[in-house]
Amino acid sequence: MTTQPAEIPHVAVADAPSQIARGSIIRRYPQLTISPAVLIGLLAAWWLASNVLAAPAYILPPPQDVLQAAVQGLARAPWDRASYWYHAGITVWEALAGFAIGSGFGALLGLLLSHWPLLGRSSYPYIVGFQSLPKVALAPLMVVWFGFGLEGKVFITAIITFFPVLVNTMAGYHSVEPERIELARSCNASEWHLLTKIMIPSLLPFLFAGLGVAAVLSILGAVVGEFVGARAGLGMLLMQYNQSMEIAPLFAVIVLLGLIGFMMNHAVGLVERRYCFWAQRASSSTRP
Amino acid sequence: MKHASATAPSIRGGAQGAVALIRARGLSKTYPTADSGEVTALRSVEFEIFHGEFVSVVGQSGCGKSTLLKLLAGLLPATSGTVELDGRPLSGPSPEAAVVFQSPVLLPWRSVLDNVLLPIEFRRLARSRYRQSALELLDMAGLREFARRYPFELSGGMQQRVALVRALVQDPRLLLMDEPFGALDAMTRELMNIELMRIWSRSRKTVLFITHSIAEAIFLSDRVIAMTPRPGRIADIVTIDLPRPRELAIINTDRFGRYVAHLRPLLEAQGGAF
Repeated sequence: MTTQPAEIPHVAVADAPSQIARGSIIRRYPQLTISPAVLIGLLAAWWLASNVLAAPAYILPPPQDVLQAAVQGLARAPWDRASYWYHAGITVWEALAGFAIGSGFGALLGLLLSHWPLLGRSSYPYIVGFQSLPKVALAPLMVVWFGFGLEGKVFITAIITFFPVLVNTMAGYHSVEPERIELARSCNASEWHLLTKIMIPSLLPFLFAGLGVAAVLSILGAVVGEFVGARAGLGMLLMQYNQSMEIAPLFAVIVLLGLIGFMMNHAVGLVERRYCFWAQRASSSTRP
Repeated sequence: MKHASATAPSIRGGAQGAVALIRARGLSKTYPTADSGEVTALRSVEFEIFHGEFVSVVGQSGCGKSTLLKLLAGLLPATSGTVELDGRPLSGPSPEAAVVFQSPVLLPWRSVLDNVLLPIEFRRLARSRYRQSALELLDMAGLREFARRYPFELSGGMQQRVALVRALVQDPRLLLMDEPFGALDAMTRELMNIELMRIWSRSRKTVLFITHSIAEAIFLSDRVIAMTPRPGRIADIVTIDLPRPRELAIINTDRFGRYVAHLRPLLEAQGGAF
């Protein structure tokens, strides 16, 4: 009567997906063929609309003009004030600084408000009230407070990224399995150990979901901040091109902003995969 | 209750040592309900568990057996009555008593070995001093080659064995087990019971085992505490006089059947077989 043999087949089940690996890479990941096809389709439709159906260039500039504008903007040296690199650098700097400050405070306050429920309950109405406020409405105020420099953009980005991180941190804290807390208590764990060894790691998947949203919102914050008044940045470029009716470079900057937002979100995803590698696989097997 | 008073003297007589490792005296627990009433989970529960004994508490769900375990673990304060661990009143969780929960409660971001060493970290002891014994315990549970794996790579039965090793690593004198195999399928559960017997006979810990399975309680235990549902009270404490080591086949013997026949009606204070 031994127990091991009956247990081992369970482990083999975890390796089952390797059977699918026999197919080619294209069969394994159909999205690798489908998503470039979607892109090509969209570009073709755009090309058709502007070149064949002759949509006016001030409404829909042809893709080749947009590409040309992008190449011109990106071909210049990064320190050249006419290059996109320069303005993108300013906008990304504002977004990253605001993201770091906003999400840092959001995570910290989220922990404090969850760990001391009285504090959380008494400040909750203010949080909900402030969250329902459209934060971009504060942008004009930023010019009054901080002028045309970078500080105002960083500040509004911080406010915008603060809330998704705060809310997700609190949701993560409250969804920690009570058994984990009981385990810590049964081992006489200190409050500090409970926080650092149980609560914070447990809420990481929630925190990263908030950070992913905040990363995309950070670009929004920086661009809106630049809209209301700035000397540099992609948001300021957008306003300039809009006023001078240069629609092709306007499109190029929009595409560039989309790429930057995508990369920010992707960067958060990479960090998440490093620190939350356990989250997706764990949820399927820890519960019987 | 008359059963309990009738059998209690014979149990004290049968115990080898005079000092109980754990002693519950007049233990009661009431919870407040939402409509500002009260619900009594446990009423004047009294028993003793001696060193090296394996004692099961069996009862229907809602008979307060999990509450009892939390009181003994120092995780909940009693409404009235006392718990004594080795002659001293219990005021909170003690390093002498380790808990194995219903689910394994392994931390998914820690490897098996790091999960086992978690109580050592919580108690601010040196990990390096316990590493070797942790590996030996994993070896005893047949998990040595999984020390560097993560919980999600293990089956449910293996996860629960890791949880058992985690409880043993602190070298407690008392193991409090709250339906530890309740979530496993019947086959794995039987294997786990045999495994637990093997580990218990080697480590010689005192065990309090909570279960709702009468057969499991009889198979594992030296004594079985039968509890009535709502409010939870002790109906009887039965000494299981079956030879050890026990094999699964013992379940089919007449003596085993007589214990089942004696215990089953005690749990059904309000009717219903399951």
